[in-house]
Amino acid sequence: MGKALRGSVAVAALTCLASTAYAADKVVIVTSFPEDMTSVIEKAFEAAHPEYDLEVLNKSTSSGVKYIKEIASNNTADMFWASAPDAFEVLKKEGLLLKAGLSTEGIPDQIGSYPINDPDGFYYGFAASGYGIMWNTRYMEANGLEPAREWADLEKPEYFGHVGMSSPSRSGTTHLTVETVLQGEGWDQGWADWKWMAGNFASVTERSFGVPDGVNTGNFGMGIVIDFFAFSSRASGFPVDFAYPTVTALVPANIGIVANPANEAGAKAFVSFLLSEPGQETLFDPAIMRLPVNPSTYAKAPEGLPNPFTDNSIGAAVKFDVDKSGARYYVVSSLFDVMVTYRLDDLRAAVRAVQLAEEKHAGSDNAEAKALIAEARKLIEAMPITEEQSLDPAFAGAFTKVRKEQGDEIGQRQAELEQQWDAMVVANYAKARELAEKAAGM
Amino acid sequence: MSHRPATGTGRQTLADRLPAFLFPRLSPIALTGVFIAIFLIGFLIFPVLQVIHVAFQNPATGALTLQNFGDFFATALFRESFVNSFYVSAMSVVVATVIALPLAYITTRFNFGGSALIQSLGFIPLIMPPFVGAVAMQLIFGRNGTINLLLRQHLGFTIPFMEGLNGVILVQSIHYFPFILINLSASLRNIDRSMEEAAQNLGAHGLRLFRRVVFPLATPGYVAGAALVFIKVFDDLGTPLLLNVNNMLAPQAYLRITSVGISDPMGYVISVILVAFSILSLWASFLVMRGKDYATVQKGGGGLAKRDLAPREKVLAYGVVMFILAVVLSPHIGLFLLSIGTIWSFAPLPDGYTLANYARMWEASQDYVVNTVLYAGLAATLDVLIGTAIAYIVLRTGIAGRKWLDYLATAALAVPGVVLGIGYLRTFQDVNVPFLDKPLASWWVIIALALTIRRLPYALRACMAALQQVSLALEEAAESLGATKLRSIRKIVVPLMTGGILAGFVTSFATAAVELSATIMLVSSDSDSPLAYGIYLFMQTPSGRGAGAALGMLAVVIVALGTVLSQIIIERDKKLRTTGREH
Repeated sequence: MGKALRGSVAVAALTCLASTAYAADKVVIVTSFPEDMTSVIEKAFEAAHPEYDLEVLNKSTSSGVKYIKEIASNNTADMFWASAPDAFEVLKKEGLLLKAGLSTEGIPDQIGSYPINDPDGFYYGFAASGYGIMWNTRYMEANGLEPAREWADLEKPEYFGHVGMSSPSRSGTTHLTVETVLQGEGWDQGWADWKWMAGNFASVTERSFGVPDGVNTGNFGMGIVIDFFAFSSRASGFPVDFAYPTVTALVPANIGIVANPANEAGAKAFVSFLLSEPGQETLFDPAIMRLPVNPSTYAKAPEGLPNPFTDNSIGAAVKFDVDKSGARYYVVSSLFDVMVTYRLDDLRAAVRAVQLAEEKHAGSDNAEAKALIAEARKLIEAMPITEEQSLDPAFAGAFTKVRKEQGDEIGQRQAELEQQWDAMVVANYAKARELAEKAAGM
Repeated sequence: MSHRPATGTGRQTLADRLPAFLFPRLSPIALTGVFIAIFLIGFLIFPVLQVIHVAFQNPATGALTLQNFGDFFATALFRESFVNSFYVSAMSVVVATVIALPLAYITTRFNFGGSALIQSLGFIPLIMPPFVGAVAMQLIFGRNGTINLLLRQHLGFTIPFMEGLNGVILVQSIHYFPFILINLSASLRNIDRSMEEAAQNLGAHGLRLFRRVVFPLATPGYVAGAALVFIKVFDDLGTPLLLNVNNMLAPQAYLRITSVGISDPMGYVISVILVAFSILSLWASFLVMRGKDYATVQKGGGGLAKRDLAPREKVLAYGVVMFILAVVLSPHIGLFLLSIGTIWSFAPLPDGYTLANYARMWEASQDYVVNTVLYAGLAATLDVLIGTAIAYIVLRTGIAGRKWLDYLATAALAVPGVVLGIGYLRTFQDVNVPFLDKPLASWWVIIALALTIRRLPYALRACMAALQQVSLALEEAAESLGATKLRSIRKIVVPLMTGGILAGFVTSFATAAVELSATIMLVSSDSDSPLAYGIYLFMQTPSGRGAGAALGMLAVVIVALGTVLSQIIIERDKKLRTTGREH
């Protein structure tokens, strides 16, 4: 029915007209970046290249990826421009990006330990950002709290209910933070850290912008955010501040040309402009405040903006293994959601019970209570799968739509895996809470 | 006639010679039904199936299977989510009724100053612009919002308004009670005064009169509103996401569908279950109404008698109304403060006040306003046309499968906007618009069509309720006097439904004006984008919060003006009717 309809309308359209209505100079870019940022760069580009007219389409990263996919058959967009490297990986794997072969002269291969450009040449990094902790100064003062400066600080019991974060399945940059800690601290210790931090969460927000928003309004006091959210909030006058922890990663924000673009020359001109020195300098605009990837640009940097190429304190502590992160990408996202996002209430209750029990027995030497607490801690920290399993391709296969050939062994489905993990963590959290409450009652 | 031999007359057309079932003699009404069915299949069912068919596929092999549904019921998280969604929806209906009933009763039963104002203001909660509405509510009711900050400062305790399932119930009730208010008020206005007078003659008065006569006669409106609230809350994802409550069905579906790169079929499985459950709830609401007749014949009285309030009653009534309005309008008071505030952070009120937000908003938004009025107006007009037609077909004809028109249209409530958006791109990206040579999916009309589909259930419920109160006898009288079916519809049925149709128009228009989830998938150029998209653009940055709120206020004002206008039309219409002039 729909096919027939589609066919007849298409035939009608063909017989009516067959010329392209798109003006040669229109370049369409799909982006998740705010208008504050895109308008500055758009103006600079159109001044440098008056022959092109840049049309900016603003969509969230996930809608943007889906949009590019769905319009591919009759492409009306030229470029995709967003932070999260994983969104570009998805597009690249589906063959939706163009290998543009543009010059990246003057731009190093790596920032910190993360590659700036896609090694296969499908997308380019144009700015760097790092993750850190943002806090609301009024909130902290009113609650008598000192801001946390390291990830481990966020585990302290005095921060219970004061922290916000997004989820790695919602935001590629959040994913990177989670993975950075996992690689920096090791699989088991890293996850344990995340669970103790998450025990202090006020909420896991659905959008990554929900975190700076929550801190700005004072809905929660501290948030785990990407640096420019904090810089631009501060620049807008909100009473907030920001710190990079020692274990952090600098990540490039990216741009890529869509496969089969309507205006290839225009798209290439824009990407080249963005990577050129005048383009890189636009990032110093107060509304943008991102770190350029071209080290020579820093000569003109405004006061207070760190230079990651000379300042080794940022993002140097972790050797980030991109292949490892890629191999278990969706396993990490899903584990975080199963253990934290969807069971936040259970986790919080368990963590709080342990915190209170520890507080009560802080000075005492009640061996029995301490044993109970230790057991409760172990239950909370227990992982449903090991690091080896997380890197097993059969596991990752459950999360991606790679159709198997006939005869291949079919692994478990995502829903089955998640149900098993869920059953385990719910039981563990409940038991841990029970043990901790028993210890507190002693 | 097709059995007649073809030889002889020679005057037979081709159609006459073919078997009759190829050319069934359709009445114009049946034909309309067929067109609506085609429209719904083309713009709702087919695009949505394009997306959710993966719910019926084995994720590994692509073979058809029901295994995913097995997984759904085997997963503790989903079972819990289902129970949570059900509990929240049912409780929201209860709380929304508590809010709506006094407002509807007081404004329709008594001579109460400013009834029209209350009817309009009571409607505004429905217009909650995306994101800014959320921020405004957090600033008022949040854990560190105005109320809790003041409570902590002066009384040393806080109330978790916006936390957990109870928070969802509170926000949903505040947001959606207008569905009940509008439909119930329309129904109350349509009740024949003679019914009330008869009851009074027999000695009924006060609450007993209301409980035994008035409310039962208004049931179609109440059930229409309550069913909408129930289904809408069950399917709504905005509020749970705003409160970061994940363990309900709709947010689970949304989170799984929109996560980048993971192809988890469970999101689509949940969508299918949401659609099925919505249709089931609708069917259940039909059961409530079955076998009863709500129509009243005589329209001469022009609705219930209104009486004056005694002074003490007046104080009480004003008190109740003011309290309810203060609660339900507080998000918009917050929105207003946000729009004129400078910085508002962890404080009961903004630090300072400015008009700069409005200036910044106005610079960029004229296009948005024009587009929004165009899209939402087009969508709402189509909605009431289709809604009236479906209501007539379902209630007045015996066409086979007519109920399915209703089910199909209502299923749209349960389809997440993002699913509809992706479905449209998938279906219409390859269809070029004649003369324009661009994909139908990137033509602005597609946004209006998406809004039409998404808001059709609202208009449909209102039209159904209105028609249920019009007696068949009036049509029969008209037809026995020689009017054709179409003429009696045009001259008798539709005029008598005016109140309900307008209620439907306003609901569809207002909610379409702030829709974002499908729109954001479909916006393909800045100049075609509606207001909600403009709000989204502003809300992407910390500095755009005030300007976004200002644009949100503009949306509220536009829609409120539309509502007041239709209230005036309803009132004038009623006056015309009571004075007995030609309509």
